[in-house]
Amino acid sequence: MSKLTPVLSANWDQKDSFTFEAYKRNGGYTAIAKALSMKPDEVIQTVKDSGLRGRGGAGFPTGNKWGFIPQGDNKEHYFVVNADESEPGTCKDTPLLMANPHVLIEGIIIGSYAIRANHAFIYIRGEITHVVRRVQQAIEDAYKAGLLGKNILGKGFDLDLVLHVGAGAYICGEETALLDSLEGFRGQPRLRPPFPAIAGLYAKPTVVNNVESVASVPAIINNGVAWFTAMGTEKSKGFTLYSLSGHVNNPGQFEAPLGITLRELLEISGGIRTGHKLKFWTPGGSSTPIFTDAHLDVPLDYEGVSAAGSMLGTKALQIFDETTCIVRAVLRWTEFYKHESCGKCTPCREGTWWLVQVLKDLEAGRGSEADLDKLLDLCDNIMGRSFCALADGAASPIISSLKYFRQEYLDHLAAGKCPFDPMTATLFESAGVK
Amino acid sequence: MAYTVEQVSIMDSIINRYPRKRSAIMPLLHFVQSIDGYVTNEGIELIGQKLELATAEVTAVSTFYTQYKSKPVGDYHVGICTNTLCAVMGGDAIFESIKEHLDIENDGVTNDGKVSVEHIECNAACDYAPVVMVNWEFYDNQTVQSTKDLVDAARAGNPPAPTRGPNKLRTWKENSAVLAGISDGLANEGVQAGEPTLLGLKKAKGGA
Repeated sequence: MSKLTPVLSANWDQKDSFTFEAYKRNGGYTAIAKALSMKPDEVIQTVKDSGLRGRGGAGFPTGNKWGFIPQGDNKEHYFVVNADESEPGTCKDTPLLMANPHVLIEGIIIGSYAIRANHAFIYIRGEITHVVRRVQQAIEDAYKAGLLGKNILGKGFDLDLVLHVGAGAYICGEETALLDSLEGFRGQPRLRPPFPAIAGLYAKPTVVNNVESVASVPAIINNGVAWFTAMGTEKSKGFTLYSLSGHVNNPGQFEAPLGITLRELLEISGGIRTGHKLKFWTPGGSSTPIFTDAHLDVPLDYEGVSAAGSMLGTKALQIFDETTCIVRAVLRWTEFYKHESCGKCTPCREGTWWLVQVLKDLEAGRGSEADLDKLLDLCDNIMGRSFCALADGAASPIISSLKYFRQEYLDHLAAGKCPFDPMTATLFESAGVK
Repeated sequence: MAYTVEQVSIMDSIINRYPRKRSAIMPLLHFVQSIDGYVTNEGIELIGQKLELATAEVTAVSTFYTQYKSKPVGDYHVGICTNTLCAVMGGDAIFESIKEHLDIENDGVTNDGKVSVEHIECNAACDYAPVVMVNWEFYDNQTVQSTKDLVDAARAGNPPAPTRGPNKLRTWKENSAVLAGISDGLANEGVQAGEPTLLGLKKAKGGA
């Protein structure tokens, strides 16, 4: 029997799955009636009891985030969804919103009601035009159906929802940078505390949640806490989307209980690219330390991945086989972090630049073994020394690759060049076309 | 260029979406690109007037975000993913061959103004690698040849439809309006999902 548990993805195979009609037909927009007949605090307690943790990378309990919003404070509250999916390897929220934007909207209505917000925003990345169309249409349809706007379902709850389109800055996926961007500034992280729950958008109490986290709420309300907690592991409850990409025969989205392993996912999906073997992989995007073939049986939940020295992150499983040069892969990720560093904190702005210089030399087989220690020294001076986690993410692939593949760096130096033929790693090579 | 009364009124409606008007700066910049093709000085000045900001403040925001262009791009702006996964799977080869094919560098525009090219970072479609975007629409599972065909057809004014997008590829300016929040009514066109998106569901249902 398959270990997969399609919930969010259950109706994606219906041609019109993204429409209001299809969502209703499939039982959508029934959780809000249930939620709006509960007290807001009961809704928060239900989400707390479910153990739902943030699916955007950090894994913070969603219900606790909601519970941090001060109540009776006579202030506006804001509910903000982080749809700025940009972490390399991460590709779950985008297909979710393309196939079913309404489940997010239903989750937003429930979340906003719970934290007593009358204004919500979806901050979506700007490089996915058709997803923007789908979400915009879904919002318009929800307004037409009386599910957004004034006096929703006659329960006296008002909610306005605005889609805000970003413009190509990875850093805006960091929640405080997102808020600065939404306020109309350059997207640069804020020093915390205060946390957004106290001083978020326009310095008012604000919840910022990932798309998948919010989209998971309607099913929890409808099916109950026991249903949700029956899935997953002791501290990582429920189901989640795992995104398999790279050198596999069949990449794609797999919704499974937390705690499934890469070995199991590969068995279900069809394995590593035929004729090749697993070399390294990321459990949750490029900011999570890499794993090797020694980690095939690590339970992919928050604790399991952490205990093995990485992070569950966004569950973006990027798979690389033996044709891939580790130095090239790490250099490219490092160039990404250098490009996306917002420039606010000196260790990150300058450090990522230097990391790229050293790695470029190493990839070309120039430099010396001392440069490997220099890389680690640079990482040590970057990690934990900036406002946000971008620089920590930049250090992750470097430190972990040196841990598992130090010899391969040295091989570059010995050969005076990269010993790999990049064409063998491409799909064209395996498909026999150019 | 001067903006029409209608355009200025659309800008007002964009501002009215937000509790505080400064929040409208990003959609307004997308909107300027939908009229001028890039962020012009005239656009920056008008946004500054509307939001009661100095032009330097608007420029500071505009230059922070890579989607806002300081000079014209092509009618069809091609983004080739060269972040690690796509690069390894073929994105690097595609990027190099397209630059050579069009005889332009990164961020360059063809002489006829039809096609521009830039290498992009991860576009959240890794299960469709290598990925190419045109005007931020998905062209999945590309090869060197398919991308050459794509840019040639775009230069001839007849680009193929996106893999997951509307039935017909819209121009850079037209899509910039969508990013400004102005509906073009095409949300219902195109597939709901591609095969990789559906693979887990298919396997769960016992499919081969």
